[in-house]
Amino acid sequence: MSHDPQPVPPKAPGHPLGAASARREGRAKVTGAARYAAEHAPPHRVHAWPVPATVARGRITAVDTADALALPGVHAVLTHENAPRLEQAEDPAVAVLQGPAVPHRGWYVALAVADSLETARAAAEAVRVTYDAEEYDVTLTADHPDRYLPKEVNGGHPGTRERGDFDAAYAGALVTVDATYTLTALHNHPMEPHASTAWWDGGHLTVHDSSQGSTKARDDLAALFGRDRRDVTVVAEHIGGGFGSKGTLRPQAVLAAMAAQVTGRPVTLALPRREMPAVVGHRAPTLQRVRLGAGADGVLTALAHEVVTHTSTVKEFVEQAAVPARVMYTSPHSRTVHRVVALDVPSPSWMRAPGEAPGMYALESAMDELAVLLDLDPVELRLRNEPATEPDSGRPFSSRGLARALREGADRFGWRPRDPRPGVRREGDLLLGTGVAAATYPVLIFPSSAEAFAAPDGGFRIRINATDLGTGARTVLGQIAAEVLGAPEERVRVEIGRSDLPDAFLAGGSSGTGSWGWAVHKACSALKAELSRRQEPLPQEGVTVSADTREEIAAGTPYARHAFGAHFAEVQVDTVTGEIRVRRMLGMFAAGRILNPRTARSQFIGGMTMGIGMALTEHSTMDPVVGGFAERDLASYHLPVCADVHTIEAHWLDEDDPHLNPMGSKGIGEIGIVGAAAAVGNAVHHALGVRLRTLPLTPDAVLPHLP
Amino acid sequence: MKPFAYLRPATVEEAVRARATHPGSAFLGGGTNLVDLMKLGVSGPELLIDVGRLPLDRIEELPDGGLRIGATVRNSDLAAAPAVRERYPVLSQALLAGASGQLRNAATTGGNLLQRTRCLYFQDVSVPCNKRRPGSGCPAVEGVHRDLAVLGHSAHCVATQPSDMAVALAALDAAVEVTGPDGDRTVPVTAFHRLPGEHPERDTVLEPGELITAVRLPPPRPLAHGHYRKARDRASYAFALVSVAALLEVRDGVVHHAALAYGGLAPRPWRAAAAEEALRGAPATADAFGRAADAELSAARPLRDNGFKVELARRLTVSVLARLAARHR
Repeated sequence: MSHDPQPVPPKAPGHPLGAASARREGRAKVTGAARYAAEHAPPHRVHAWPVPATVARGRITAVDTADALALPGVHAVLTHENAPRLEQAEDPAVAVLQGPAVPHRGWYVALAVADSLETARAAAEAVRVTYDAEEYDVTLTADHPDRYLPKEVNGGHPGTRERGDFDAAYAGALVTVDATYTLTALHNHPMEPHASTAWWDGGHLTVHDSSQGSTKARDDLAALFGRDRRDVTVVAEHIGGGFGSKGTLRPQAVLAAMAAQVTGRPVTLALPRREMPAVVGHRAPTLQRVRLGAGADGVLTALAHEVVTHTSTVKEFVEQAAVPARVMYTSPHSRTVHRVVALDVPSPSWMRAPGEAPGMYALESAMDELAVLLDLDPVELRLRNEPATEPDSGRPFSSRGLARALREGADRFGWRPRDPRPGVRREGDLLLGTGVAAATYPVLIFPSSAEAFAAPDGGFRIRINATDLGTGARTVLGQIAAEVLGAPEERVRVEIGRSDLPDAFLAGGSSGTGSWGWAVHKACSALKAELSRRQEPLPQEGVTVSADTREEIAAGTPYARHAFGAHFAEVQVDTVTGEIRVRRMLGMFAAGRILNPRTARSQFIGGMTMGIGMALTEHSTMDPVVGGFAERDLASYHLPVCADVHTIEAHWLDEDDPHLNPMGSKGIGEIGIVGAAAAVGNAVHHALGVRLRTLPLTPDAVLPHLP
Repeated sequence: MKPFAYLRPATVEEAVRARATHPGSAFLGGGTNLVDLMKLGVSGPELLIDVGRLPLDRIEELPDGGLRIGATVRNSDLAAAPAVRERYPVLSQALLAGASGQLRNAATTGGNLLQRTRCLYFQDVSVPCNKRRPGSGCPAVEGVHRDLAVLGHSAHCVATQPSDMAVALAALDAAVEVTGPDGDRTVPVTAFHRLPGEHPERDTVLEPGELITAVRLPPPRPLAHGHYRKARDRASYAFALVSVAALLEVRDGVVHHAALAYGGLAPRPWRAAAAEEALRGAPATADAFGRAADAELSAARPLRDNGFKVELARRLTVSVLARLAARHR
């Protein structure tokens, strides 16, 4: 990131909301004072190390723990034969050590617990597991015989939607695009691995967990261990990223709690990086066929988006990649279909913008193909397909800033004048090109509750079980409270990240600020009203007001609510090596009111950078020979590094949407990745003159197409 | 990690003696690879003999105009040394193309030569690997092998040698100075790494107990230009898909001297003798460079998914040589 093209504006005095406030915990983090889940060391703490299955499918026939238990300092080795029995799990992926079945390679089959991390690791390596290995199938194909139509896909969307008569409209279209895009599996790989420190105190379980939502984690742990939720506390104070992979309870929390139960000691378990790809979810690979039919004016008459993906035999999770096609463009005749096959692979799960990220890569690439076919500017093509209402539902948009984002983004980027001819801009060995793609992400809001407290000394405190993944949630909630209370931010304390705080939804679906902020806003508004009613000074114990947003959110909305955006990218393709690098990238977003430009910018460019990785470098290969993911460390799983990200800018429109929440905000955590890979891919086509439809665009993929 | 003892000898003699008396011991340099392998269970020495602080950290001028690089000179220091930057830029470029700043600060010259393959199967003790467990098999032949060898591999092992530095040293005709229980010897870098054949477990010709003390560079050819170019998946912190180290001296439009070595293609830095032979006396043109590359690469035996390396190596060869030739005009 060579420079910051958009200096953070100075804080507006008296108006905390919209100010570029610095992260409240920033100093604690950079000085090492902030403690993460594995860094909590209660007295007598011991360490655990898991044992992953080495077969892709089968049954455990024997576990020999004698050598492991003989090591000095080993407290226990848990296996399916001796581990505590769990109650029925809502998510079968966390029902660990409950039986001999191995559903995929890397599934946990034992856990060693010892005085030191090193001994636990040595003990785990000394556990001998014997399997009855079975035939396995880990290879996704478009015509896999076991594929089926799921009723629902992730997010609760119907698996299939048909409007009008796609086949007839497509057959009658003047211009058609029929293209299939292939996306590999991807992994979230947050900086902080999934980790827990757990202990039992009498009948009470406390877990420091690297979790995106400790309210739900608490409820799930209580259910699994057959306890009342009051008997479980989950703390998630600081989280080193999650990108969706920590949105659900993960095996480390369950294993740590089990081990603590068995040993009577606090237990820390941090998942080894190499084991994470098998047990904390991944973005499932998708094979996506997009067909577009249009008139000579480029207006779509027919749109089909058909997705084939995989899930595991453990549970059904269907990446909803065809769902954004139900939102984006006018399309009187439309078919959006998901097909899924259950393979002997690890369970897929949420990864930043599930559905939208892969789906918009395919749809926005296909739109670019249509623009090229029609010799129409791709920005203009999108403007011509702006729908009056949400295509699939017919509902009006609460606001739809796509057209403005495209226009203003194009101006800022210097999109025009643009020679549309592909493969003609040379700079030495380099071919240059530019590309555009649209972005969308739904506005999701979930019920949450919060407490606001006024102290007699004029200070305030808000309490809510929000989670700060590093995004700035703590900071922005303080800004919301300060704005409502008319108080300086530094007079508002913010307590988040503990399940004994008022219940709140997890940090996921870009819903945090809207959901939590609404509850904070409501509590602070009530507190302010209460304070203005009072004549006398506050009592010694202060005044506390609680609020929750169940009613407001249950009331629903007649509007289709989405954030939109536009990505512009300039790439270079090295005609000697096929190496592609992004020279500059600009995102223009329409996401309601931006509450903190400093933290928002980080979210946007973080998402865009992840999109560059999706386009150019990241891939998780399902290795058919051993039946597991191949790249399992940060040397082989290629996240973009600083040298891959040159000039990157994020801008946003001032959007005034009264149909969202009291702050007028839309979620911004995910939209940055949506469409980013398509903008890069479209720029590659413009540079190279060849359409490459399989990601990532590594040199080996590009080489056969070089001039 | 298994428990191990740690020894920090003060002299080379002490280090070699300790290694000879402890069969389960290993020398530790910067530790950037060995410590990883110990954590992975790939390597399990009972005794680590830390040679990283032996007094071998100097770069000396040799009477013949060459350089003698001590085995513990850090990669960062070597890349930044004025003598290297000015007289052997290909080496400096290769070093800076490798790893990350932090790793280069720790990695030593001797250790860099001894780093092990990053083949994913080699690093995973739960799967077979002939290099790690002789006779257990090689899943890479049918499995994930995009990054693996197209030259010099055998039915038993298709791993590549990952060092960038070694590729430049091979092109520079560097030699490795070794000491051991049986005395001192010098091995050309090009003969230092073994081809796997039936014994992929042995990466190099080092005998048990031998220690690298220095790398010697012959005097630079005053009229030759050199360049290192590496193609990779991301702009930094990635191993070479293919890299080329080239030295070229052109007189009157004709190649007078050429030295060429490849990284990422083989189990060792691949000195391209056939290409050099084809270049000698040839016109310094893209066509001739392409023919020279073909002369070398016709021996390639790519696997299912790594045939692109042959084309990539050819393109890099032509591009790098053409660039060097242009400097002679």
